[in-house]
Amino acid sequence: MISPELIETAAKIIFVFALTLGFFAPVLGWVERKQSAVMQDRIGANRAGVFGFTVIGLLHSLADAIKLVFKEDFTPRGAEKALHTLAPVMAVIPALIAFAVIPFGGQYTLWGHRVNLVVADLDVGLLFVFAISSISTYGVVIAGWASNNNWSLLGGLRASAQMFSYEVAMGLTVIALVMYYQSLSLVEIVAKQENFWHWGIVWHWPAFLLFFSCAIAENKRVPFDAPEAESELVAGYFTEYSGMKFVMFWAAEFIEMVTIAGMCVALFLGGHHIPFVTQAGLAEALGAFGPNGAQVAAMLIGVGVFVFKLILLLALQMAVRWTLPRFRYDQIMKLGWKMILPLSLAWISLTGAAILAGVMPRP
Amino acid sequence: METMLFYLFAGVAVILSLAMIAAKKPVTSAVCLVGVMFALAALFALLHAHLIAALQILVYAGAIMVLFMFVIMLLNLREKEGLAARHQIVAQAAGVALLGALLIPFMTLATLEKGPLSAIAPERFGTTAAVGELLYTEYLLPFEIASALLLAALVGAVALVKIRMR
Repeated sequence: MISPELIETAAKIIFVFALTLGFFAPVLGWVERKQSAVMQDRIGANRAGVFGFTVIGLLHSLADAIKLVFKEDFTPRGAEKALHTLAPVMAVIPALIAFAVIPFGGQYTLWGHRVNLVVADLDVGLLFVFAISSISTYGVVIAGWASNNNWSLLGGLRASAQMFSYEVAMGLTVIALVMYYQSLSLVEIVAKQENFWHWGIVWHWPAFLLFFSCAIAENKRVPFDAPEAESELVAGYFTEYSGMKFVMFWAAEFIEMVTIAGMCVALFLGGHHIPFVTQAGLAEALGAFGPNGAQVAAMLIGVGVFVFKLILLLALQMAVRWTLPRFRYDQIMKLGWKMILPLSLAWISLTGAAILAGVMPRP
Repeated sequence: METMLFYLFAGVAVILSLAMIAAKKPVTSAVCLVGVMFALAALFALLHAHLIAALQILVYAGAIMVLFMFVIMLLNLREKEGLAARHQIVAQAAGVALLGALLIPFMTLATLEKGPLSAIAPERFGTTAAVGELLYTEYLLPFEIASALLLAALVGAVALVKIRMR
């Protein structure tokens, strides 16, 4: 009844959830406070401790979790009760499932069983990520509408227009990569980046810059956090949320950061590949562990390299978060429609011309 | 397994469609319609049309319905209003009857022309490459006409706004 495939899939799902929800979400919450403190020459969270051991403030994540679990769940008067409850769920679920198509390692043969380190190897993987991330708009919009609060409604309105605009631009930024790799499957795209000179960022660094900016805007983080701008809208769309429902919005934001980093790694930074080391070369170097041992070691190294690159991109996102001030709302719209969109169209045309002319050899 | 999933998603689609037309508030209707889009995408995925399933969610649920929601929120519609809302039952019954009447000849025509479809899909069926190839070879003209139509609608919308602004 229980086939090895089922166990394999369950193990991969558990790994992805442990990585995003279990590890990165609380740790990023801590990093956000600690890194901002370092960048602003403060000390930062260091009060929560057990018998005087504060573990550089890490216990604050635990203390926050305990506080939020036991906090009263409040629904304001006149709010749409059902939709008010549904909204955080609609925000967190897309964040959790978008990671399903991002490969966090390569393909390995363990004891005759072929393991492909991705939860779902879809032919349309790239489109799947965009489809799912477009759904996350609803959580925000419905939260704003259902709260019966003008600040929330304004936040929801801003979010729907902003996220919709940047979705269009973000979709166009990766078209050039699809033309280059001739595939929509993220597994195939990563497999084609074995050679360092075929990494997305080598030829397509303008697309990387555009995609990264769009992704941050899509995740509504500073400098694009107009939907929750605390100096104008209290807390925007989640003003009226408390307890675990608030945690869902909060976790969705951090998990989306991980997904963005994962997408960047898979599309532009070679996934699990180490520069100038081929899969065959890696297996050969690990030959001393025996055929299965070499595969296991290669798998562990691959996942480790992927997570390392993930952490680099998360650190970059955090640094952007605490460096730039918030853009004005009209500036955000102008940037999306009048700069990023035409630039990505220009890059698509340039890539097309370069591929036709044979200047840009495809892997 | 596949049959079970089909009935599950088909059932969800039907129930949510009914909820959509029965709901008093426009926002509830919109949320139900998003659910219907998802159920339809699942049905497409069951038919091995993964590209269509992804596009269904991306375009309908992700883009068009977000705009619907945006408009509903901008107008701040709390309840259905106007002539149509007062004669809701009549309008709904007429709509369902008309759609059913149109569907029956359409289905008959579709089966007459191609014969009943086989349950086994060909190897490349539904992949991005296969759909793209068909779009740009066999169905190029309908595809281009549809894009021209969309472009015309876009230009028309901008022109209407320009007239108002003057």
